[in-house]
Amino acid sequence: MIAMDINEVRGIHTLLVMIAFLGICWWAYSARRKKPNDEAANLPFDDDDIDRRTLENEKTEKKQ
Amino acid sequence: MSTVNPNLTYNYKVVRQFAIMTVVWGIIGMSLGVLIAAQLVWPSVNLDLPFTHFGRLRPLHTNAVIFGFGGSALFATSYYVVQRTCQARLFSDGLAQFTFWGWQAVLVSAVLTLPQGLTSTKEYAELEWPIDILIAVVWISYAIVFFGTVVKRKAPHIYVANWFYGAFIITVAVLHIGNNLALPVSAFKSYSLYAGVTDAMMQWWWGHNAVGFFLTAGFLGMMYYFVPKQAGRPVYSYRLSIVHFWALIATYVWAGGHHLHYSALPDWAQTAGMVMSLILLAPSWGGMINGMMTLSGAWHKLRTDPILRFLVVSLSFYGMSTFEGPMMAIKTVNALSHNTDWTIGHVHSGALGWVAMISIGAIYHLVPKLWGVREMYSTALINLHFWLATAGTVLYIVAMWVNGIMQGLMWRAVNSDGTLTYSFVEALEASGPGYFVRWLGGVIFVSGMLVMAYNVRMTIKQKDAVAVDDATPQAA
Repeated sequence: MIAMDINEVRGIHTLLVMIAFLGICWWAYSARRKKPNDEAANLPFDDDDIDRRTLENEKTEKKQ
Repeated sequence: MSTVNPNLTYNYKVVRQFAIMTVVWGIIGMSLGVLIAAQLVWPSVNLDLPFTHFGRLRPLHTNAVIFGFGGSALFATSYYVVQRTCQARLFSDGLAQFTFWGWQAVLVSAVLTLPQGLTSTKEYAELEWPIDILIAVVWISYAIVFFGTVVKRKAPHIYVANWFYGAFIITVAVLHIGNNLALPVSAFKSYSLYAGVTDAMMQWWWGHNAVGFFLTAGFLGMMYYFVPKQAGRPVYSYRLSIVHFWALIATYVWAGGHHLHYSALPDWAQTAGMVMSLILLAPSWGGMINGMMTLSGAWHKLRTDPILRFLVVSLSFYGMSTFEGPMMAIKTVNALSHNTDWTIGHVHSGALGWVAMISIGAIYHLVPKLWGVREMYSTALINLHFWLATAGTVLYIVAMWVNGIMQGLMWRAVNSDGTLTYSFVEALEASGPGYFVRWLGGVIFVSGMLVMAYNVRMTIKQKDAVAVDDATPQAA
């Protein structure tokens, strides 16, 4: 049996981290993720009705 | 969205409270900074009292600006953004209210203990163990409120800003608890659990990630919501923001070693800290470019909208200081810059230029929305504040660059026989003009904060006027 040197572990670790990084890039940029990404990117513009209702409710609460 | 409960409302109360305290702690913390900057120009300003001495007020300044001003801005914006992008009310109104009062109690404790010299002496973690426990309790409550809200979200996706806020909350919890493990010996005295260089390593693992997660990841969360919102268009590349997130959080935690170059820290750990700091340039600039490019096609808005200008200029300062940081982490550059004013200049180009400016922009965006008025009381005053903040920051950092490089060169200068060319006091004397310019920059920056306080106050008063208008029946 060949004993593994600590430096080999470090080398393998570097490779694994690199694969993980490339995997994230591939996943984020894949065509499959285009639609979910666009939906998520528009989330800051999707909730004006709740914002309006919050302010209106607070106004009526104060008048009572 | 049709799936949302038609009675759903947001909790804006806690956001308003933290937004107001952002301005209050900003003025307190930055005024303390101006005071200690004045002490370096006119030493008698320390009043010869132990409580007003530089060594005791400096940690109060850093705690008040980082945890008071920056912390309140992070609480306010994260509670606002997580609700609005998850389309869900905060997980618990009561627990959110506890985080507000708990956090204010932490800050008041800092004001009471630090001037008395009660300190654990760890930079940015000076508060003694009972206060550290309170911080941990408040922080865990914060995590429950934040992640509880994410879990009950109605939106199908978790918006990228929440990823950054979430990473900031988790990492700060781990770092705070890890670094502050200590043996108490009395009510306000404790000794660190770690010894020697291990303690130093733990301290700078915390210290650098106070910068990396408290002052960067959290504020990037702010950037990913407020820049698109103020510009009125989605972020330039959502895909890039995903890569930005994972690359940034995976790299930042390893960079702390660069604070201990040429120390007793093992050489390999110093080099690892340096290499990780250099790699950090890539995700930092990726994020900056993503924020900036959100404006492509809408650059003309900068001409008329000073709030957007605050947000975009904060990104330029972010880009500048995240270039400067990796450069200063290179050991040969660090040999010149270490322990000089250059470090203080670098910190403030990040703290004033990036953290403060993006927070100020976010608060100007938030205040009218939270109090239900159309816009801030005075756009001209926001514009004035913008120029005061920019001029103050530039004066501050230029003064510190000049001082820092000069000090580094004077300290290392040797005569042909090997003796030092300059004594330490000669380098200190030469720093006098720089200290004055730095003080002046600080005064200008704080005066901008006072303009902001007035503008915020008038906007909130304007809200009462609007409410009256709404109550009177329409004449037309």
